[in-house]
Amino acid sequence: MKKPLLEFTNKGIYCAAAKVYLDPWKPVDKAIITHGHSDHSRWGHKQYITHHTNIPIIRHRLGDINVTGKEYGESFIINNVKFSFHPAGHIIGSSQIRVEHKDEVWVFTGDYKIEDDGICTPFEPIQCHTFITECTFGLPAFKWTPQKEVFNDINNWWQQNQNEGKTSILFGYTLGKAQRLLKHLDTSIGKIYTHGAVENMNEVIRTINTLPETILITRETKKEELLGNIVIAPPSAHGSTWIRKMVPYVTAAASGWMTFRGARRRRAIDKGFVLSDHCDWQGLLTAIKETGATKIISTHGYTDIFSRYLREIGYDARTEKTQYEGELSELETKKESEVSS
Amino acid sequence: MIHFASLIKTLDSTNKTNIKVDALASYFKTAPDEDKVWTIAILSHRRPPRPVNTTLLRTWASELAKIPLWLFEESYHIVGDLAETIALVIPTSTEQSDKSLTKFLQEMIALKKQDDEQKKAYLFENWKKLNYYERFVFTKLITGGFRIGVSQKLMTRALSKATGINEDVLAYKLMGNWNPNTISFHDLVIEEKESDFLSKPYPFYLAYAIENEVNDLGNINDWYAEHKWDGIRAQVIIRNKELFVWSRGEELVTDKYPEFQEFLKYIPDGTVLDGEILPFPEGKIGTFNDLQTRIGRKTISKALLQKTPVILKTYDILEWENNDIRALPFYKRREILEHLYQHLQKEPEQVNAIQLSQKMTFESWQEVAKERERSRDVHSEGLMLKRKDSPYQVGRKKGDWWKWKVDPLTIDAVLTYAMRGHGRRSNLFTDYTFGLWNDDKTELVTFAKAYSGLTDAEFKEVDKFIKANTLERFGPVRSVKTELVFEIAFEGIALSKRHKSGVATRFPRILRWRRDKKIEEANTLEDLKILIK
Repeated sequence: MKKPLLEFTNKGIYCAAAKVYLDPWKPVDKAIITHGHSDHSRWGHKQYITHHTNIPIIRHRLGDINVTGKEYGESFIINNVKFSFHPAGHIIGSSQIRVEHKDEVWVFTGDYKIEDDGICTPFEPIQCHTFITECTFGLPAFKWTPQKEVFNDINNWWQQNQNEGKTSILFGYTLGKAQRLLKHLDTSIGKIYTHGAVENMNEVIRTINTLPETILITRETKKEELLGNIVIAPPSAHGSTWIRKMVPYVTAAASGWMTFRGARRRRAIDKGFVLSDHCDWQGLLTAIKETGATKIISTHGYTDIFSRYLREIGYDARTEKTQYEGELSELETKKESEVSS
Repeated sequence: MIHFASLIKTLDSTNKTNIKVDALASYFKTAPDEDKVWTIAILSHRRPPRPVNTTLLRTWASELAKIPLWLFEESYHIVGDLAETIALVIPTSTEQSDKSLTKFLQEMIALKKQDDEQKKAYLFENWKKLNYYERFVFTKLITGGFRIGVSQKLMTRALSKATGINEDVLAYKLMGNWNPNTISFHDLVIEEKESDFLSKPYPFYLAYAIENEVNDLGNINDWYAEHKWDGIRAQVIIRNKELFVWSRGEELVTDKYPEFQEFLKYIPDGTVLDGEILPFPEGKIGTFNDLQTRIGRKTISKALLQKTPVILKTYDILEWENNDIRALPFYKRREILEHLYQHLQKEPEQVNAIQLSQKMTFESWQEVAKERERSRDVHSEGLMLKRKDSPYQVGRKKGDWWKWKVDPLTIDAVLTYAMRGHGRRSNLFTDYTFGLWNDDKTELVTFAKAYSGLTDAEFKEVDKFIKANTLERFGPVRSVKTELVFEIAFEGIALSKRHKSGVATRFPRILRWRRDKKIEEANTLEDLKILIK
């Protein structure tokens, strides 16, 4: 039997023909990386290859690593296998990896979304035979509202809190969501303050893209000056003494998980905005269709359910176990490393 | 409906009691009267009967959403709420409906009698027309109660704020039998009519668990103690030659306990007794498990009446000679009650179905503690401590009445299966099944399910373990690698033929996570059976 072009090993997704790994979770010699989130770009590889905008982001987290940057669409050959990066639309720098060998094309998405979020390069469907997809929100219960409406709601919420003389605290994870929120806040309402972890990442992102002006909260920041303004903080700051000093305040979280009423109530957050950097159900189905692929492999999320549905509608679909943070909620578990950095 | 849906949304999107009270109060000030009555009914568990069963709801929702039924079911297991799942999977609409809440409920009442085709057409029309949140509220009205953290007490407080009527008076008015479809807001809330009160129970006075050292309650001479009986808290009302039995859940259960009809002959009109319905098989107080055989039954057969008769263990009297005597000090009420009871004992035919819960006085708190240790022997859950001069208050109040339960029985068991929770625990594995070892320690036998007792952080950790260590999936249930040991606490234990383990435990819950124990150190079924005395 012919060896598959990409196989799932205990270290990560492996291309035997090229002897490289894609987003491996154990240290390897050569790793091709989709994006800067910590479950995809891990510590300890001898060589990293990624889209060039990811370099400052990954270095911020992992220090001085050996890394090569590529442009979107730029092909590079390793042992006769052709690789290229294509926009995934998940966060700044996020890429799908196209792998071609002997007329066979595979695409690995990493994480992605198909809505243009106005801050990262929008997702591009790539024709392929086998499509390796995430399905974090692979259930028909997930249905995103266009971000324009969501940001309208967010800005109205901020305005209303300001009218009541309260500080707005908006949670979104440090890399990706925080900058997307910043980019679309209506700065005519007030000033934007940031938690240290968010501001550190902002500094990195400002070398790549423009962001509105933000003010870092320090020990000297008086809570009176925050009133009526908005604070962007990582979810892990929720319930901390850092937050409690800001009374009177109102909290909100922006995440796909806010679809569930229970998810918001469980975290005792005042308001939930459904805003995700992943695809919703229809988004996944649309993306898959546009690749023209017949073989679909789901890596993380509601994989079993999603694969079963794909088989029912005619795809050759299966699930592979990876260490990407599938069922875990992005709000609760991801990017703690960035929060502390 | 727009108004009601937005009220529910506000209530659902805050954890702060004051905001909830304000939102409800402002609704009660502005909504049309008939909608107010329905809102009170819904928030006090008086919904009309479900017009469409959930199987049909699932089938039709998946049809409208154009997804296979199995996919709908899987989504439901993850979302954890049927109405919410339906609202989420159905394609969204931007329309709004201007039909009132009352109109919707009247349609739902009428819908119950219609055939399936008509039901389906009705649901499709409304599901398509309503926007996401209204669709959720609409479906919730069909499927079940709103879990939005609004207790009847909180609702009553808001109504009091809106109307200026005293909260305790309102609590009384809202009790008992009233039909939201026929009663007006004026009749229900505003007007006072004597005849309305014929069947009405008084709001129950509920005790808190004792918080600190029992000595802190002060002078022992100010207190009575009683055993805390483990049955169904109930009020028995005798007015106008009629008898009514109300359970604490505000359910009229007169027909379920025909034993009490004999009271009509001997207890004078204008009497209300507070007490506990207890099983009394073979002339002895039984276990709660015995009572279970009576609770669920619609019709009570002669055989069952003989096998498991009940008694009222009475401990308080709230109305006497047609007077509300709740304001009298407890010792006065007890005098009246005891006098009545002695009188009953003198009747030529003995009144069997009533017993007096003995009040006890002690010289010291140490003696009280000793008595508490005896609780299991007399089939009680512990002690009630009641201040001698306490009035009968409304609802759960601190200070005059305390419950001092015996420490629970405990056993170490292994987590074997898990299911996702509901409400605020949706998408999180929080409903667990636990097993104990069989005799030769080769197999874990399921003995209890528990849903509470861990902190949010612990639940999160166990959830993570379950997701990473699932062995098999059976619909919503997952079998889990046997690795985690928990100390399970429960109030009572009895042999049971209905349980695989042969044992039924009362109110099992997780006491703590025994991270220090390996599964080999968990207890056996034999260990559990030893606890049955």
